[in-house]
Amino acid sequence: MRTDPGTRGFLIAAAVLLAAGPFLPKWLSYIATISLGYALVVAGVVLLMRAGLVSFGQGLYFCLGGYAVGAAGKYWNLGDAFVLLAAAVAVSVAVAALLGLLLARYREIFFAMFTMAFSMILYGLLSKSQALGSTDGFNVSHATFLGYAPVALQGWLYAAAVVLSMAVAIALQRYLRSGMGYAGDAIRENEIRVEYLGISVYRVVYLKYLVAAGLGGLGGGLAALASGHVGPDMAYWTTSGEFVFVALLGGTQHIAAAFAASFLFELIKTYAFELSPYTWQMMLGVVLLAIILFLPSGLWSLVARGREALR
Amino acid sequence: MFTLTAILVDGTIYASWLFIVAAGLTLVYGVMRILNLAHGSLYAVGAYTAASAITWYLSAGHAPAGSYLVLLAAALAAGTVTGLLIERGVLRLMYGRDEVVMILVTYAVLLILEDVIKLIWGVESYSAYQPYQLLGRLQFGPMTFANYDLALIAVAAAVAIAMWWTLNRTRRGKLLLVVIHDREMSAALGIDVTRVFVVTFLIGGVLGAAAGALTAPVVSVVPGIGVEVIVLAFAVVVIGGLGSVQGALVGSLIVGIARAAAVHLLPEVELFVIYGVMCLVLAVRPAGLFARPAARKI
Amino acid sequence: MKGNKAMHIGLALGAVVAAAAAPVPAVAQDYKLGLVTFLSGGAAGPFGIPARNAGELIVDAINAGKVPAPYASKGIAGRTIQPVWVDEAGGPSKQVTEYRALVQKQGVDAVIGYISSGDCLALAPVTEELKKLTIFFDCGTPRVFEERPYTYLFRTGPTALMDSLGAARYILAQNPGVAKVNGINQNYAWGQDSWNDFIASLQKLKPGVQVGTSQMPKIFAGQYSAEISALQLQNAAFIHSSFWGGDMESFVQQGRARGLLDKQVAILTTGETAMFRIPEQIPEGTVIGGRGPYGVFAPDNALNKWFREQYFNRFNTWPTYPSYKMAQAILGLKAAAEKAMAKNPKPAEADVIAALEHLSFEAPSGTVKMAIGKGHQAVQEMVYGRFKLQGGKPAIVNVVRYPAECVNPPDGVTSEQWIKQGFPGAKCN
Repeated sequence: MRTDPGTRGFLIAAAVLLAAGPFLPKWLSYIATISLGYALVVAGVVLLMRAGLVSFGQGLYFCLGGYAVGAAGKYWNLGDAFVLLAAAVAVSVAVAALLGLLLARYREIFFAMFTMAFSMILYGLLSKSQALGSTDGFNVSHATFLGYAPVALQGWLYAAAVVLSMAVAIALQRYLRSGMGYAGDAIRENEIRVEYLGISVYRVVYLKYLVAAGLGGLGGGLAALASGHVGPDMAYWTTSGEFVFVALLGGTQHIAAAFAASFLFELIKTYAFELSPYTWQMMLGVVLLAIILFLPSGLWSLVARGREALR
Repeated sequence: MFTLTAILVDGTIYASWLFIVAAGLTLVYGVMRILNLAHGSLYAVGAYTAASAITWYLSAGHAPAGSYLVLLAAALAAGTVTGLLIERGVLRLMYGRDEVVMILVTYAVLLILEDVIKLIWGVESYSAYQPYQLLGRLQFGPMTFANYDLALIAVAAAVAIAMWWTLNRTRRGKLLLVVIHDREMSAALGIDVTRVFVVTFLIGGVLGAAAGALTAPVVSVVPGIGVEVIVLAFAVVVIGGLGSVQGALVGSLIVGIARAAAVHLLPEVELFVIYGVMCLVLAVRPAGLFARPAARKI
Repeated sequence: MKGNKAMHIGLALGAVVAAAAAPVPAVAQDYKLGLVTFLSGGAAGPFGIPARNAGELIVDAINAGKVPAPYASKGIAGRTIQPVWVDEAGGPSKQVTEYRALVQKQGVDAVIGYISSGDCLALAPVTEELKKLTIFFDCGTPRVFEERPYTYLFRTGPTALMDSLGAARYILAQNPGVAKVNGINQNYAWGQDSWNDFIASLQKLKPGVQVGTSQMPKIFAGQYSAEISALQLQNAAFIHSSFWGGDMESFVQQGRARGLLDKQVAILTTGETAMFRIPEQIPEGTVIGGRGPYGVFAPDNALNKWFREQYFNRFNTWPTYPSYKMAQAILGLKAAAEKAMAKNPKPAEADVIAALEHLSFEAPSGTVKMAIGKGHQAVQEMVYGRFKLQGGKPAIVNVVRYPAECVNPPDGVTSEQWIKQGFPGAKCN
């Protein structure tokens, strides 16, 4: 099979990340694991954004994925990381299959608000369910890997996150370069013309929504395994807002941007907390304004610019 | 019987408050296409300014009745200053960006202002309850209502009438409507869109700050009150139809009554009744209740 | 040069990693102590900042060797405390990240913190994974040590069960004929648990007590116009409320203005934090709790006198319960380290942990006994009283003190079981 440059890039990135894993300080590899989980959700947001749709409710699937992992461990004693993550994706996609029927007809701010409303309803439902710990949520039991229960769980989770997310990134990259992928860009530019070409916009959007939901669930599941805890705040609107934020931070031109931006965002937050415990929100706000002002197409435009210079 | 009255009265009180918050939000969106998350900050700044101004005024031994004027002056000052800072300092640099990018810009402004508020007022709560208790209460069967709350209904009605009058019966208002309807065309016709933007944002800012200032005597003003308000206002505006003032009015009433009904009949669902209503309305009317049909541009 | 994409990703990530991984040098003799409370948001004013103030006061005093006996020696086992403050904002996941950064990046010797129960539940297993001595100072949920035992984790403040059970016992003592109660609590775990434990305890102690209405507004709602009408439509003797901070003050303000609180007596389980802030607003006779023997409920001992005086001189306000709980967490750590020194003059973490288990130590709130949760969970007495303005100054009358064994389950019994079984083994006199 011929590997295109994008695929090769992700393969090399995966190799580098895996090789670097054991040498990273533990707190950093934890942040890397968590941000890979977030990045998957962000990748879903980017996917929708390329079709002109902004979801302010990806927290819904992030949360569903997390709770699926948590509940499967809690109630059915399922422990295998891959089974749990598969469950997370399945639950998210199943819910999306239903909601998507309605949402695929909406555009612009109404899509954004409607998705937000659904995720807030999940937040409300979980906050009322005392069996699931209400707003406190509950802890996720330790995962196993194909029957093996590692002592150094964090390292294994990191490796699994790297492999999984790079595989997903490669698949997404290929999808975006396919006919269906480009249909998304076309829809953003002009929906009516796409319809005239004989493509069902509704179906394209519906499918993209399902894929984004699956990514959201996978990311949520991964984050739940890494942090060891799930709670309704995963579905709160500020969580969803952060995903959109990170998507724009990275830029929508390349799927790799989602991963870089998500890692950077987590680092910025950690440093803001450490360096100015009293004004970290202000630091965050200023950094974000600066990026929007000086890098309108996101961080990826730096990479693109760098590549131009090298050429 | 009492319950039904309570639902209507409580619902209308809540709706009045919501409307004053949402009116500024929807106006700014209508004219500038900015869904302004920092509207919550304006609300918070208004509340803090009013609370400290009233406390200062009363502790100086002035007549308590004057505190209502102080409240309004505080709202005006807070809204104008903060509004100008946000519009001239940040938004001006960002015009022309995508709607979603603008939401994020205002989110960043919200984050910054949260800490600015903390630096100015600290994290202690402020309360200026005197104007709330001064007006006394109205007995109705086993219930009592605060006259201040009832007066809030009148204030909201006045705001609604004033906005309707300005938009439909004055030259400047009609110019605003023109900009709302088609920004490019109105710019081509020679309307100074930049000026319209500044003025609109200031009006929106003062309305946001006024909502906060009017709430200051009712609640204890604490960090984060702006963030709590903003999602509610969003829901109202989306239900009513973005950019529509009538929509904001009807949206507030629907949300207010629905919430009051939940509190009285089924307190368990109060948490998500607003989002439930929002989903229902959007499912039936995809662009909200009072949205103009948008022309499809090919 | 298309294949360079990967290199760019690699380089970009590499640069970030290199910048981030620079180690933080630590002074070996200092005792680096991570301290986490709310420095922003709605919980900062009522809880986070009073706790931080107390933390700074106690740390400074310990480093200067100025705390009265039995804490007069300098530092923790002779080591100067170097505090690292972190904001508790951002939710449980964020706090897990911050905790890991504290332990693995900053290399703290111990962590004291956490007000939110959600944060505590999420962090509990992480303390075990990272094997770092951690003391929860304020969060209330009994779930932490009832779900499983921990080695590295302690909680020097009692659980929230005694707030609810204490309130039930108190109102039955004050008004044995009570037939109906209302409730207004925030719609999140703390509010739901507080109400459920309160009403379950009350109905166990006096079967047949009815619930008028149980209102559950969203946390930080601030406006309770409709809720107050609903409460007025159900006339009951008491309104139970675990509201805190701005929500409590708003509710009292509105309930007062509308006359609700003249007819029904409010039970404010965290009322102690507000009684000096809005004394003119709280109706006389309101039942006030302080989540334990803190603030106005604290016993009259030398340590408490010193603490109150120092705190007032430095911050110009009286310490409230979060201040007391922070103070006793740090003092508990010091007490354990000092006890461990008997065995090992330079005690290691394991020695301190062994010493802290089942320890009884003195604090401004009196004696703290690490009695349950296999010696990792503190119990203390619970105190309730009624608000009164005495000569224009806020005061508490009709004070009743419930011994720790009266309002806390015996070791090994969960709060839920204990209520269900009707409090077997409770010693109330």
